Amino acid sequence: MSDAPHSGVRFRGVIDLDEHKVHDRPTIYVYEAPVRAWHWTNALAITVLAVTGYFIGSPPPALAGEASAHFLFGYIRFIHFAAAYILAVGFLVRIYWGFVGNSHSRQIFYLPVWERTWWAGVVHEALWYLFLRKEPKKYVGHNPLAQTAMFFMFTLFTLFMIITGFALYSEGAGIDSWQAKLFGWVFNLFPNSMTVHTLHHYGMWVIIIFAMLHIYAAIREDIMSRQTMISTMISGERQFRDDRED
Amino acid sequence: MAIETFYDVIRRQGISRRSFVKFCNLTAASLGLGPLAATQMAEALETKPRTPVIWMHGLECTCCSESFIRSAHPLAKDIILSMLSLDYDDTIMAAAGHQAEAILEETKAKYKGQYILAVEGNPPLNEDGMFCIDGGKPFVEKLKWMAEDASAIIAWGACASWGCVQAAKPNPTQATPIDKVIKNKPIIKVPGCPPIAEVMTGVVTYITTFGRLPELDRHGRPKMFYSLRFHDKCNRRPHFDAGQYVEEWDDEGARKGYCLYKMGCKGPTTYNACSTVRWNNGVSFPIQSGHGCIGCSEDGFWDQGSFYDRLTGINAFGVELNADRIGATAAGVAGAAVVVHAAATVVKRLTSKTDA
Repeated sequence: MSDAPHSGVRFRGVIDLDEHKVHDRPTIYVYEAPVRAWHWTNALAITVLAVTGYFIGSPPPALAGEASAHFLFGYIRFIHFAAAYILAVGFLVRIYWGFVGNSHSRQIFYLPVWERTWWAGVVHEALWYLFLRKEPKKYVGHNPLAQTAMFFMFTLFTLFMIITGFALYSEGAGIDSWQAKLFGWVFNLFPNSMTVHTLHHYGMWVIIIFAMLHIYAAIREDIMSRQTMISTMISGERQFRDDRED
Repeated sequence: MAIETFYDVIRRQGISRRSFVKFCNLTAASLGLGPLAATQMAEALETKPRTPVIWMHGLECTCCSESFIRSAHPLAKDIILSMLSLDYDDTIMAAAGHQAEAILEETKAKYKGQYILAVEGNPPLNEDGMFCIDGGKPFVEKLKWMAEDASAIIAWGACASWGCVQAAKPNPTQATPIDKVIKNKPIIKVPGCPPIAEVMTGVVTYITTFGRLPELDRHGRPKMFYSLRFHDKCNRRPHFDAGQYVEEWDDEGARKGYCLYKMGCKGPTTYNACSTVRWNNGVSFPIQSGHGCIGCSEDGFWDQGSFYDRLTGINAFGVELNADRIGATAAGVAGAAVVVHAAATVVKRLTSKTDA
C-alpha cells in the first residue's frame, strides 16, 4: 500500500523524529468548516430525533402519580421538535453552502449521471466492496458509490423527513400556522395523517440503516482505502496515502 | 303551498316580532355592522324562502340518519319541520314508490340551482353501478342527475366523504366518495361514522341561515367542526403529556383514566369535534367512556391496521407488520451484512498479506 519513502524529505521541527520512515503524502483541504460543523450537528440531531422519535411511537412505561407532577412525554416531544428545527435549519444552511462552498459541498445534492467516468466509478467501487477489485480509486470528495448512497438514503430521506415532520407538527400548531400553510399539502397526498405518521416512522428506519452503513463504510475506508476519511470530517483535510497514477 | 320563510317559522314557534327585531339588531351589532344591516337582515329572514333539501341514500347503513334525528341543539324536528324544507328523504318520508320519485323531478325542475343535495352513502361504480339500485336505476345515475341542478352538495358521513367500510380494501364494488364522482359542484364533507348529530344539524343550520356553505378546510370539511384533532381538546390530554398511559384494558391506568395512546387511540390523527361537542346530547364520547378513538372520520380508517395498535401496520403479502418490526428487521439485516462484510474484509486482508 504505502509508497516508498522519499529520501530527500525532511520534517522540520518534529522533536522525536529519528528512525521513522517519512512519507511525503499529498493533503487537500476538502470539507470547509461549515460543512464539518453541519455534519456533526446533523449527526447529533439525527441521533436525538431517532431516540425521541422511537419513544413517540412506543412511549416508555406509564408513570405513577398525578398528571400534574410529570411532563415526560411533553419533554420527549419538545426535544424531538427542537432537534427537528436544528436539523431543518441546518439543512437549509447546508443547501446555501452548496451554492457558495467548494465543489465538494454540492456532492450530496445531485448525481452526475451524465458523466461516463462517474458511472465507471460507481461500478468500480461496488466491485471493490464485493472483493472483486484489489484497490479502490482515489477521490478528493465522496466516491461515486458513496455519493449515490448519500443522495438516495440521506439527502432525499432527510428532505422527506423534514416535509412529513413539519406536516405532522402542523397538526398541533393548527391549520392557520405557517407550518400548515407550507407543508399542509402532504395531507392532499395522504388525507389520513396516520399514514403520514407511519411513513415518517419508516423514514427513521431508512436513516438509521443509512447511518449504520455510513459509519461502517467510513471506518472501513479509513483503514482500507487510499485516503483518510474520519479525520477528514474533523479537520477538513484529506490525505492520500500514495501518489500513484491509477 | 308556498315555502315558509325563516320568519314564519320562528313566529310559529312563539317568538314575538319584538324579539325577532331585537335578535336582528343584536346580531348586526355583534358582527360589527351598521344600524341599516339589522333592517336588511330582518328583511332577508322575512322574505327568503327556506332552502329545499333532497336527502339521498346510496351504499350506507343509515347511521348518519340515526345520528341526525338524535340532535338536541337544535332539535332535529325543528330542522326537518321548520328550518328547512326537506322535500325528499326516502328513509323518513311518508310518500313511497312513484309518488316519492316524482318529488325528485318536481324539485329538480322547480328549484333548479337552488336546492341542496344531501347524500348519505356513496355510489359503487363497478359493473356500471349495479351494486346499488335505487328506484330501478343505478344510484350513481340518480346521484349525477340530481346533482346537475343542485346549488351545493352535503356529503354526509365517512361513506360519502371518504368511502368508509364499503370502500375498504379491496373495495369489490368500487364504492367511491361523492367528490370523486361529482366534480363541478361545491361539496361539503361532514365525515364520521356517523357524524356527530349536532355537527350535522349545525352544518344544516349554518347553510339555511346564511345561504352559503361554511368555511371549509383543504379536504372540504367545515372548519368550525373539523379544524382540530380530537386529541387537541381531549380530557385525557394531561395524561398524554405527563407520560401516563393505559397499558392494558384492566390495569391501574385504565381505572384512573390515563391516556389511551398506547391502546391505539387514533385521537392524535383524527379531526372531529367529539371531545368538545360529545355525543348523545353531550353525555360522553369514546375516550371519556374509556375506549380509544378509532378514527372513524378519517380517510380509509378501515385500512389503517388494528384499532388497538399505536404503530399501525402495512399490509404486504397478506401479512400485517408494523413499522417497527419491518424497520428493526431491515436494520438487523443491514447490521448483519456490515458484520459479515467487515469479517470478509479482515479475512481478505490477512490472506492477501500472507500471499505477498
